[in-house]
Amino acid sequence: MTWVNSVVQGMLLGGQYALIACGLSLAFGVMRIVNLAHGDLAVCGAYLGLVLSSALGVPVWVTLPLLLPAAFAVGVALQWLLFGRALRRGVLAPVLVTFGLSVMIENLLQVGATSDPRGLNGGSLALASFHLGSLVVSWLFMTAFLTACAVLTCLQLALSRTSWGRKVRATADDLDTARLVGIKVQPVFASVAGVAVATAALAGVFIGTIGTFDPLAGTNTLIFAFEAVVIGGIGSLWGTLAGGLALGVTQVVVGQINQDYAVLAVHLLFLAVLTVRPGGLFTSSHAIREIGAQGAAG
Amino acid sequence: MTAQVAVSRWSRTASGFTGVSLLVVAFLAAVPYVFGGPAEQPLITLLTFIALASMWNLLAGFSGLTSFGQQAYLGLGAYALYLIAEHGINPFAGIIPAAIAAAVISLPVAGLVLRLSGGYFAVATLVVAAVFQIAATLSPSVGGTTGVSLPGLAGYSDVLREALIYWATLAVAVVSVAGVYLLVRRTFGLDARAVSSDQVAAASAGVRVGRIRLLAYVVAAGLAGAVGALIALQTLYVEPTSVFSIQYSVDMLFMVLIGGVGTIEGPILGALVLFGLQETLSAYGAWYLVIVGGLAVGVTLIASRGIWGYASERLGWSFLPIGYQVGRES
Repeated sequence: MTWVNSVVQGMLLGGQYALIACGLSLAFGVMRIVNLAHGDLAVCGAYLGLVLSSALGVPVWVTLPLLLPAAFAVGVALQWLLFGRALRRGVLAPVLVTFGLSVMIENLLQVGATSDPRGLNGGSLALASFHLGSLVVSWLFMTAFLTACAVLTCLQLALSRTSWGRKVRATADDLDTARLVGIKVQPVFASVAGVAVATAALAGVFIGTIGTFDPLAGTNTLIFAFEAVVIGGIGSLWGTLAGGLALGVTQVVVGQINQDYAVLAVHLLFLAVLTVRPGGLFTSSHAIREIGAQGAAG
Repeated sequence: MTAQVAVSRWSRTASGFTGVSLLVVAFLAAVPYVFGGPAEQPLITLLTFIALASMWNLLAGFSGLTSFGQQAYLGLGAYALYLIAEHGINPFAGIIPAAIAAAVISLPVAGLVLRLSGGYFAVATLVVAAVFQIAATLSPSVGGTTGVSLPGLAGYSDVLREALIYWATLAVAVVSVAGVYLLVRRTFGLDARAVSSDQVAAASAGVRVGRIRLLAYVVAAGLAGAVGALIALQTLYVEPTSVFSIQYSVDMLFMVLIGGVGTIEGPILGALVLFGLQETLSAYGAWYLVIVGGLAVGVTLIASRGIWGYASERLGWSFLPIGYQVGRES
């Protein structure tokens, strides 16, 4: 029974990883940028939630209508000020710029908020739980998981059914052709960056409510999100969800045996997928070509 | 009438500078005799920076491999030196074996991470560094989370030990700069720069992309291992969180960007800038790193060629030329 419990808890945890990872996946799929500050932006979302919820004296959920638009605006501004410019300067520049941004964010947070670990006020939801057969499931974990599924479903629907989604897919497939048929790609990029940062901030709020966070938590958050993206397969949102679940289940099941090896097992799973199926478990050959470096050339 | 054209690599400036740099190295080698201990500490820091910057430049500047996980090999070098010293071998004699150990371990890792490029490669190298760090903390034989102190140095007086560490650091810095310089002057340099600007085009022009990237990665890992061994000697203690710190990657990125990516002189200048910043601003703690990060972003977006890139363009200088110049035959 403990194993069933581990798998269930692992899947719920995996939902959170998928929620952080979907923005990373989307930004890479559309703009070909790996945002190394993505994890730090999630942590910023948690801090913003902390500031808002303690200023207003309400649980952090109530602040989401303020927080998410603010995060979207930050994403648009970052795309406009940094990412867009970096992308025009070749392949190295985006990596260097987003890494520099990550260093800045982590240390600004240390200056502004000290390095003490913090937690968010999740209201009554944080303590509530329900019984599923003989399992005890926290409502908070369940909400995080369902939110992740809902966000991924909405994104997938928006991409496949709306005119915004058509523009995004066209831009992702072929930037120049998208321009030729009259798509203004800069607004598309800005909206994608906004969505990516908003989903990161939402994930940050869940991370901060479920556990604690500190200014340097971003790098590990980025690594987990990245592993979910690669395991699931780049450019596939459902793959990202599957990747997140694989990570979460591995972490909790191995942690059940020995807590010290839980994170190591996650990293080794990632390296194993990289060895056996470098394109991820759910990828098309197109996406493999995008990341595959020198397979053919080497 | 045909113009007589000569293609040359060396210029008068470059020859002069090579002479001057040999003199500088000779002078630096004499520092322990002339100035003694107080001058050694800051120079050790500076020379370590130069070695790190030069190594990262080989990866990112010449081969397009932006690794943020070189601390994996710093840590491996430091732990390898500990294991060597623990077996009763003189730690100073262990620096080269530690470097070789790091290079050997980097071979199978390269098989994995070199399947990726760009940002994906960058994060994969972070994962590798995290794996090595966790592995070290889980190994009781190397002290787990608390770390280990380096044995085998009790027989040295403080003065002699400091001086030996200084000379070893100087040697590693000179080998890094000269090694990278001599390497990129060969066909390797041309191939590597072709790979970093466009892999597909380079491959179609007959460059063996995989081998170039592998060579750069393994050489950089070996140099990082040597620097890691030096850090263990300097601190006399190997502790996983400090020796696997991502701060090393931040420093390397900053020095290479500020100085000038893809030049030999740039990383040395960048090391001087970082050294100066650290001396003046390190009292400000986190603000110092905010400035370092901000400058890295600003330089990439506004002045991507770095200080040396601009200086050499405006003044026409090239102290350590890696390309060729076309001039009128005299």
